[in-house]
Amino acid sequence: MGRKILLVTTDQQRYDTLGCNGGTLARTPVADGLAASGIRYERAHPQSVVCMPSRSTIITGQYPSTHGVWMNGVALPVDAPSVAAVLQRAGYRTALIGKAHFEPFLDPFGRFTENRLAAIGEETRQQPWFDGTTGPHRGFEHLEFATHGAAGPLHYARWLTGQHPEAVSMYYPPLDGSLEVNAAGGGDTGAPQVKHNPIPRDWYHTDWVADRTIAWLDLLDPDDDWFCWMSFPDPHHPWDPPESEMGRIDWREVPLPAGYPESASQRERILDAKPRHWRQWYDGTLVSNYEAPKDWVPATLTANQVREVNARNAVECELIDEALGRVVDHVCARGWNADTDIVFTTDHGELQGDFGLLFKGPYHVDALMRLPLIWRPAPSATVAPAIVASPVGLVDLAPTFCAIAGLSAPDWMEGSALPANEADADARGFERVLTEWDSQLFGVDVHLRTITRDGWVCTTYGRGTVHDGTEGELYLLADDPHQRENRWDDPSLRAVRDDLVADLHDHQPLARSPLLPVEAPV
Amino acid sequence: MSAGASVRKEIRIRREAADVWARVEDPGAIEDWFPGIVASTVDGNTRVITLGSGLVMPEEIITSDPIQRRFQYRITAPIFRNHLGTIDVIDLGDDTSLVVYSTDAEPRTMALVIGAATAGALAELRNQMEPEEN
Repeated sequence: MGRKILLVTTDQQRYDTLGCNGGTLARTPVADGLAASGIRYERAHPQSVVCMPSRSTIITGQYPSTHGVWMNGVALPVDAPSVAAVLQRAGYRTALIGKAHFEPFLDPFGRFTENRLAAIGEETRQQPWFDGTTGPHRGFEHLEFATHGAAGPLHYARWLTGQHPEAVSMYYPPLDGSLEVNAAGGGDTGAPQVKHNPIPRDWYHTDWVADRTIAWLDLLDPDDDWFCWMSFPDPHHPWDPPESEMGRIDWREVPLPAGYPESASQRERILDAKPRHWRQWYDGTLVSNYEAPKDWVPATLTANQVREVNARNAVECELIDEALGRVVDHVCARGWNADTDIVFTTDHGELQGDFGLLFKGPYHVDALMRLPLIWRPAPSATVAPAIVASPVGLVDLAPTFCAIAGLSAPDWMEGSALPANEADADARGFERVLTEWDSQLFGVDVHLRTITRDGWVCTTYGRGTVHDGTEGELYLLADDPHQRENRWDDPSLRAVRDDLVADLHDHQPLARSPLLPVEAPV
Repeated sequence: MSAGASVRKEIRIRREAADVWARVEDPGAIEDWFPGIVASTVDGNTRVITLGSGLVMPEEIITSDPIQRRFQYRITAPIFRNHLGTIDVIDLGDDTSLVVYSTDAEPRTMALVIGAATAGALAELRNQMEPEEN
């Protein structure tokens, strides 16, 4: 019997939403407890700041340039490498419950397996694998899917429609009648993607994901080794947690985030020093990507809307923490705790008021890039609790799971097993972490490459319809924790900038050619 | 910012244009070469297709021109404010043909989704039409 692995991901959760990371709004005692007894990473970055590329990195252990999911809407090939397949072949029982999003959601033709499974009623599907063999879909013998809200063909939506049809319309519709990200406002302040949701908590997708995870764990034999990816759709917008829970936090008393410049002139000055798409989006003259509502103008965002969004987000984080607690308790009740590794993280962050913005896009700042990451090693492994400040990435998760299982990381994985402490990070050369952005949508293309190293964040821009390829961003995190002062053009930092850019170029993965096609906007 | 979008996909097929056109112009056979369309019925200029998700889409056939080898249709389902699908089969003069499948649609998101599916349709058309290698 070996070590079991519980991978817990949330969607679009900021670093500072956990108590152990200094968050003061949401109460997250379960995650905080895992951090106290495990390893807490202070500088974990995604390799993409949107869902599909980032999730594809988690499962493949590869950069987006390598696995090929270069933007949302590009499907990860069914025969892409998968750490779940490696573990399944080694004898692990495997499941993914919650939000997968390796394949586009907008799929009227029913072309993608993950959108068909619930209707077919199959637990998984035999597929070609990357090594020329066949096996369960992406290595998972059990799949149950959910996403934001209750529309669409996935398991949670079908469950809610079948069991509680009156609740389906209680959710905020993430897309509008034109299938664009919905800009409609709601709640108390009229903030976009906010709604009073009368759904009972027991029917909400957070608890459903935990319930289904527990149900799958109950099917396992006590001696089974298992890898379970429990993937919560929250706290990604829409911000519509069960209204019964909103009494936890009064948005009127929520302090404005430190990253929110309160005066319009201050916001505009900060944005004007960044590459032009920042200010263009703020003013509503350019929405370069699908992940933010096309018909919403960030300059209209009010301080009270920021407060309400943050309050609702915090409630969603608390519900996740409580759901996680139920699953951890169940693991303990099954007698597995001593041999179970728990990894908690998310796919990317959320602007959540920083710079006067919401949602996400081609903006490589801490709001989107600095992630919560906790690894609570199995207590039987006797790994000392630690805090790691060196940069790590989600690309390092897949090799970590291999290491936990006692397997060598396959050659196709591009990361390294997470360091157990700072000395381990130093010894194994965790110096830098890279993040990519590419998008090409409705005639607009944007390309960013970012390196985080030695306390600096440096972003270069490729030539596109918005940028001429000379733009960049440079921030010293210790002096400028909210990345307000772009020092790209500071002559005194030219040597630093040149060194970072050279290092960035030296460590770029080879881009896959030809590019995989965009199948849908999301 | 335009509310609509236009997507173009093309493929070269090692088969005479007349042969390819014979497959394309048959409106009731689309499910044979368009992955994601599972059924169709044709009644005059009206075609109704059923998608893999179960969605049913009514369409109006606008053009079926054997001289230009151009087939055009419009999806008339309510979600579309506009739609025009155009398939051109172009004789390249060397016993091969170029098939161009254009999708113009409002809302623009549907142009992207349908356009992506047409790429799969063109690939399947080529698979079916090209002679097998000896």
